[in-house]
Amino acid sequence: MKKLPLSALNTLFAAIAGDRMLYIPADDAAGQGAFTLWKEGMTLSKKGNTNRSAKDLFFPQVENLVSFRTEGKTISIQENREEVAPFAVFGVRACDCRSFDILDRVFLSDPVDTFYQNRRNMGTVISLACSRPEETCFCTAFGIDATDPAGDVTCWMDAENLYWRANTEKGQALTAQLPMLEEGGEEEVSAHQEKTRSILSRLPLAGLDFGFLHDQELMEVFNSPLWDSLSESCLGCGTCTFVCPTCQCYDVEDYDNGREVRRFRCWDSCMYSDFTMMAHGTNRPTQKERFRQRFMHKLVYFPRNNDCLFGCVGCGRCLQKCPIHMNIVKVAKALKEGAK
Amino acid sequence: MQERLKERAISLLESGTVNRVLGWKTGEFFYDLTPAVFESVEEIEGDFVYSPFSGANLSKYCILKSRKEGKTAVFLKPCDSYSFLELLKEHRILRENVYIVGVACDGMCDMDKVRAAGCEGATGIREDGDSLIVETLYGEKTLSRQDVLLERCKVCKSKKIVIYDELIGEQGEEVDSDRFQPVEALEAMTPEERFTFWRQELSRCIRCNACRNVCPACSCEKCVFDNADSGLRNKAAADSFEENMFHIIRAFHVAGRCTDCGECSRVCPQHIPLHLLNRKFIKDMNELYGPYQAGADMDSKSPLMDFTQGDCEPSVVYTRGGNA
Repeated sequence: MKKLPLSALNTLFAAIAGDRMLYIPADDAAGQGAFTLWKEGMTLSKKGNTNRSAKDLFFPQVENLVSFRTEGKTISIQENREEVAPFAVFGVRACDCRSFDILDRVFLSDPVDTFYQNRRNMGTVISLACSRPEETCFCTAFGIDATDPAGDVTCWMDAENLYWRANTEKGQALTAQLPMLEEGGEEEVSAHQEKTRSILSRLPLAGLDFGFLHDQELMEVFNSPLWDSLSESCLGCGTCTFVCPTCQCYDVEDYDNGREVRRFRCWDSCMYSDFTMMAHGTNRPTQKERFRQRFMHKLVYFPRNNDCLFGCVGCGRCLQKCPIHMNIVKVAKALKEGAK
Repeated sequence: MQERLKERAISLLESGTVNRVLGWKTGEFFYDLTPAVFESVEEIEGDFVYSPFSGANLSKYCILKSRKEGKTAVFLKPCDSYSFLELLKEHRILRENVYIVGVACDGMCDMDKVRAAGCEGATGIREDGDSLIVETLYGEKTLSRQDVLLERCKVCKSKKIVIYDELIGEQGEEVDSDRFQPVEALEAMTPEERFTFWRQELSRCIRCNACRNVCPACSCEKCVFDNADSGLRNKAAADSFEENMFHIIRAFHVAGRCTDCGECSRVCPQHIPLHLLNRKFIKDMNELYGPYQAGADMDSKSPLMDFTQGDCEPSVVYTRGGNA
């Protein structure tokens, strides 16, 4: 365990940013926390969590893949992959750290998504334990410890110091480059964890249960009459999917500018009417089917294919951001009530 | 107020006047209300809420609900009633299938503002005159209600309910609002400053389409931007300016029909002040064609849908010029 007085935080950031890009949560023009490329003089956001998740740095909203150009009878194919430079992201909360486990299972299993893999290889995750969880937090429901987040390095912050623990080789290599870190801090970290744990146990969503879904008959959940009322006022926007740290669906499209075809991928949302549109049309004709897909994927399909790992990390962003305040907590509670 | 609404909802259902009631449903917390359809007395008794967090405008839901069998009761706040009337004018709602209960409104609160005022971890709220006492995981905090009102409520343009079958609470009047003040501030900027302002604001857009989908004026069955065959789907922008154009085009599309209900800015997860685009168009129309409020009545014609010989010529742009 290492520590550093908060007054020296800027020196630490400068040192990390010395040979790589560093992203930290900073308040944007609207006052919301956002992972922002660090530069001298930037202030660390005091917000509990960023508005958008850390996923964005590893799986960007839009990414160029390849382009095709025809000249006479020849077609040339050119890969448009952007070079990924080494980077670090500071201040990733425990929920977002868990989201990497979920994204890794999707993108790093065969066939490996090399775009995502490059960013994972180049990126160092410096997590930050929570001090002031919000009422919308429910990471505990998924066995996530907000007081001891994963990542290459784990940090804690109290009123005086930043505490630093390297977890991986990548984390150790970074630590070796940071001489300003001093030894010590174990006791302070334990005290900090204790304090946060007492808050976590008092969270309004602390006792939330998702486990019952493992035992449900899949088709029974799928055919539940509850989906009608749950999806009734869904606007069909993509807010929940785009702020979600685990939503990983994307669309691959061609942009034809007359001279060449550029193939890109971009985030897609199962809430959209044209999601996974095929030649025969769509198999999810109304918002009910689209809405159901999102929750079935996170709560039923994904865990059944991934050793009971839920596709949700309890970050609470969708609870705060859904324009009509329908969300995974309300869905799970209704399904549990309906299963009785 | 909530009790009066609930009582009325129950009696409308019980008397058979309506088959269902469109209102706001309780959530996990005090603020996360969901627009919902109530079909039984039990549901209304247990879950119906009218509170300072009943901000959602229910008028757009009436497009589909009015096509259901039987009649739907809907609760409309003054600004919601403008949206409803505008939709009616556009023949989007079947009036005979909707029973409108107009509800007086003192302004709705913005949970994001409550959070930003240092109330993270909010678990409860009490009203005390003009104050709100917010209980949080980290202690209580007293806020002035005025400070945490939704932007549209801070500059409320009208307390008048323009269409209703019955009223709960007092009918109000149009309010002398300073809602154009932020537009004037933008107009006073140099073009470069204004361009920088909008580029910065719109750069945060994540194209979630919440603004479009919540907008009562955006009622196309299928938006051109969702139609792959249109060639305009634009799921990813070729450059960052294209993203910005989406909002400008949308503002043009709803110009003359936008009632300034403020839903676009209320739902934007990135807190982009989208209403300012629409409000600029409203202000321009007022100045060029005379005062006009979309959704205020059934008879008037939107200046952009009407022609009079006195209309300004396109060349008027050269005489206005802004702060070039």
